[in-house]
Amino acid sequence: MMLAVDFALMLEKFLLIVVIIMGSLVIAMYATYAERKVAGILQDRRGPNRAGPFGLLQPVADGVKLFMKEEIIPLTSSKWLFILGPCLAMVTAMMTSAVIPWGSKIEIAGRTVDLQIADINIGVLYIFGVVSMGVYGIMIGGWASNNKFSLIAAVRGASQIISYELAMGLSLIALLMLTGSLSMKTIVEQQVSSGIWNVLLQPLGFLIFLICAFAECNRTPFDLPEAENELNFGYHQEYSSMKLGFYLFAEYINMFISSAVMATLYFGGYDIPFVNEANLAQSWGENLVTVLGSVTLLLKVAFFLFFFMWVRWTIPRFRYDQLMDLGWKKLIPLALANMLITGAVILWLNK
Amino acid sequence: MSITEILFWFLTALALLSALMVVFSKNPVHSVLWLIAVFFAISGHYIILNAQFLAIVNLIVYAGAIMVLFLFVIMLMNLNAETEPQKNRWLWWAGTIAGGSLMLVIIAALKNTENQMAQIKGGDIGLIQNLGKVLFNDYVLPFEISSVLFLSAMVGAVVIGKKD
Repeated sequence: MMLAVDFALMLEKFLLIVVIIMGSLVIAMYATYAERKVAGILQDRRGPNRAGPFGLLQPVADGVKLFMKEEIIPLTSSKWLFILGPCLAMVTAMMTSAVIPWGSKIEIAGRTVDLQIADINIGVLYIFGVVSMGVYGIMIGGWASNNKFSLIAAVRGASQIISYELAMGLSLIALLMLTGSLSMKTIVEQQVSSGIWNVLLQPLGFLIFLICAFAECNRTPFDLPEAENELNFGYHQEYSSMKLGFYLFAEYINMFISSAVMATLYFGGYDIPFVNEANLAQSWGENLVTVLGSVTLLLKVAFFLFFFMWVRWTIPRFRYDQLMDLGWKKLIPLALANMLITGAVILWLNK
Repeated sequence: MSITEILFWFLTALALLSALMVVFSKNPVHSVLWLIAVFFAISGHYIILNAQFLAIVNLIVYAGAIMVLFLFVIMLMNLNAETEPQKNRWLWWAGTIAGGSLMLVIIAALKNTENQMAQIKGGDIGLIQNLGKVLFNDYVLPFEISSVLFLSAMVGAVVIGKKD
């Protein structure tokens, strides 16, 4: 095997990666805008409305502001690790998007293009792997700052993420028993062909997964790593300029990606509800149905993003012992019970 | 050279370099981070051998969980380069000799083994379907016994943690 590469495939994947990464960035950018608008509506005020029509240029203004600020690296920090922290946070936030099927197939000039960067047969485990790497962005950044508040926040964040990973994994095992596959594409195709979304079969599993997703993204009510009344600003206290921007931005990308994961695993991914895709594709053509499917997926993601914000501006923050109590003593036993019941029911039905 | 070979040599160099940096770093936190790089390089080797499941589980368990606990302990104890105790010169020599002897034993043990080439890209025993079938058909008993071992270790940790 020499250096022979399928250049068409490479170009196709490259374009797909560029589109998905740019898309995630733009959606994360406007998620910050949406967050303020939602907060405004929930608190009976207007939200941002100065920059551009309806304040639509607000994210751009924020970005420019962050770029223009002075870059400060504290003298007593570990310089390289201080820079590595936000980079890792950003990279791990983006990497998950590789295994999410963003749509079915599109035919361009006789070539079938899968709207998924990599359909690996361990897709769900890959997501787990990347999520568990996400801890390092927080830990390294917090430790390298050489600030006690940052360190405490980093340790809090890491222990929170590790604790909730367990319940998340257990709730996913119940789902994997039903699907029998770890490939995200296969999981979606099963839901498309049967028309039954996994949330109907695994309501408790979904609830546990949702709560864990909130904790993994460090979102309220579990945003203890940045609890400002206890820790000033949390693990990014010493950060300024775009490095701070990366940390803040990574949170929104994480939200976007975990919404996409939830929509894919539990809500049928690019399945259009109450519609038989195969029949529709015969009358409307494959490409149009694929585009409609991708739009459906984005709508589901938008709903989950709204849900994240809705919860943030409604529910107050947990105390740290309450957070650990919920994770270890309530969610893990619940997830274990869910797993055992699912296994028993599957065995009983197969008999 | 094929792409697989280039990748193999790159990952090998990365693994060895990172492993050396684990030993030579003055700061324990840097050592842990280099160790994580070693795990990444080894997972890369697993992927070349088409053992995707092993690769990702190696990352989740070692890099994602165990190393985080290492970092916890080191960060909280604040083991910096200055606070590290100065080691005795004799200890240094003893360590070198012990390590050298271990390497000698390993080389002697591996010298006469069959020269087996790893299957690159062809083998699919590392894929999750095959691994699951082998584990639950041929090796059910050892697999379940080791899981009981893990459970007892977990219970032991909880018991120790409860004693205030």
